[in-house]
Amino acid sequence: MHQLLQQIFSGLAAGAVYASLALALVMIYRATDLVNFAQGEMAMFSTYIAWTLVNAELPFWAAFVITLAVSFVGGMLIERIVIRPVENAPILTAVVVTIGLLLIFNATAGWIYSYTLQEFPSPFPDRPLFGALMTTRDMGVIAVTLAMLVALFCFFRFTATGLAMRAAAQNPESARLSGINVGRMLALGWGFAAAIGAVAGIMVAPVLFLDPNMMSGVLLYAFTGALLGGITSPFGAVIGGLIVGVTENLVGTYLIASQLKLTVALILIIIVLVFRPNGLFGTAVVRRV
Amino acid sequence: MAAILELRAVKAFYGQSEVLHGIDVVVEEAGMTVLLGANGAGKTTTLRAICGMVRSEGEILFSGHRLERCSTQQIAGFGVAHVPEGRGTFIGLTVEENLRIGGYTASGPPNEKMQLMYGYFPILAQRRRQQAGALSGGEQQMLAIARALMMSPRLLVLDEPSFGLAPRVVEAIFAIIERIRREQQVSVLLVEQNASLALEMADRAYLLETGYVVSSGSAKMLADDPQIRRSYLGY
Repeated sequence: MHQLLQQIFSGLAAGAVYASLALALVMIYRATDLVNFAQGEMAMFSTYIAWTLVNAELPFWAAFVITLAVSFVGGMLIERIVIRPVENAPILTAVVVTIGLLLIFNATAGWIYSYTLQEFPSPFPDRPLFGALMTTRDMGVIAVTLAMLVALFCFFRFTATGLAMRAAAQNPESARLSGINVGRMLALGWGFAAAIGAVAGIMVAPVLFLDPNMMSGVLLYAFTGALLGGITSPFGAVIGGLIVGVTENLVGTYLIASQLKLTVALILIIIVLVFRPNGLFGTAVVRRV
Repeated sequence: MAAILELRAVKAFYGQSEVLHGIDVVVEEAGMTVLLGANGAGKTTTLRAICGMVRSEGEILFSGHRLERCSTQQIAGFGVAHVPEGRGTFIGLTVEENLRIGGYTASGPPNEKMQLMYGYFPILAQRRRQQAGALSGGEQQMLAIARALMMSPRLLVLDEPSFGLAPRVVEAIFAIIERIRREQQVSVLLVEQNASLALEMADRAYLLETGYVVSSGSAKMLADDPQIRRSYLGY
């Protein structure tokens, strides 16, 4: 029983990271109907920025905040420079562009920082908590993720800009007629997604160690979480990410070798697509023709 | 009376094909102008050209602005509120959030205006926390008009507000439009299939056919024209 609870809690900590990245995927998907395959590599690159800052003797949380700001601006720039020109192109073109971005970020990180594993400091001490049920590090990851989710929720729920972003994602034409600058809202969406990804990268790097391929597995779990929750639902993405984290951990502990854990994600994707294509909280897209 | 909106030799295009072939339309300050015509005559395209949603040539003048050079969102900022075909409701947002979006560009506190809208449309006040997608067709049309009015527009552009609604609902909505036009001194440009109702309410009317204005004048004049009576009024 003790071990089970331990595995659930550490699964939740991993799931919090997947949930963050899944949320970033969902944000861009809702705004542009596009799955951003570069989301993981963008997060990895942000993590390298944080690593550089920490190595430059900056306090961890200062580096954290600066990285988020840089990632936010970087995400907006990516939207402006790379995504906007293919806005009206077929969806496959845009998908290929994000795959191109993935390769560019991966190669650039390898070129600048090399492919060797780097140790990334954790801001949280690693002490057992609640009679070794979980560690302070897991607790810290969960707390940071929760704080970010609450902040995002408040932004989208209570601010005029947040409302305008939701409106622009839902009905761009009508949003324009209401005087909303839809292009700016899309850029903001990419900015937010990049910053959320940065949080995920920084939270997971102390566990996985930092290297240019660090996020490929995480992106797959995040994608599974987003699909499981319903790719149109931000709330679903968070729940889906947590479920994937816990499932992966439990299956890896009790059923199969942990080297095979990634298979869990793939099996979950197939189960979701076959039995509940809209996910747990997603809505079916109805198009009238 | 002074013109608030003037179209001079306006052409509009979908891709390469020209669908408006140089039309002239005037909307007078605080007046109601109606565009009539069969399906495919170019009524909706005219409205879309005004709001910068299709490529157009010619001059579209709105209180000193050349609209054909502006983006849709700029035009909205000038005070043109367009309720498009299909009402443009944000169905996933609540009624109140829809109204707040209408007030996004407008200056001044949104709450005051929202109370004004709830005064015009009491049913929206009852449903303010509900998702807009759960409203009936008539309620959604009311919400669309209220959302547009939240922009404090000088020109209200309505594309077939009666579409798909029961006659009684249509009458109620038109009565409110007329009341708002008088009380808020807002000009209205209307596209409407229900020609007899539209000619009764409007003061100017234009008849479009395949991208040309074939008849124009006071609404009364058009209503008395025997050919228009036969083709559009059915008596």
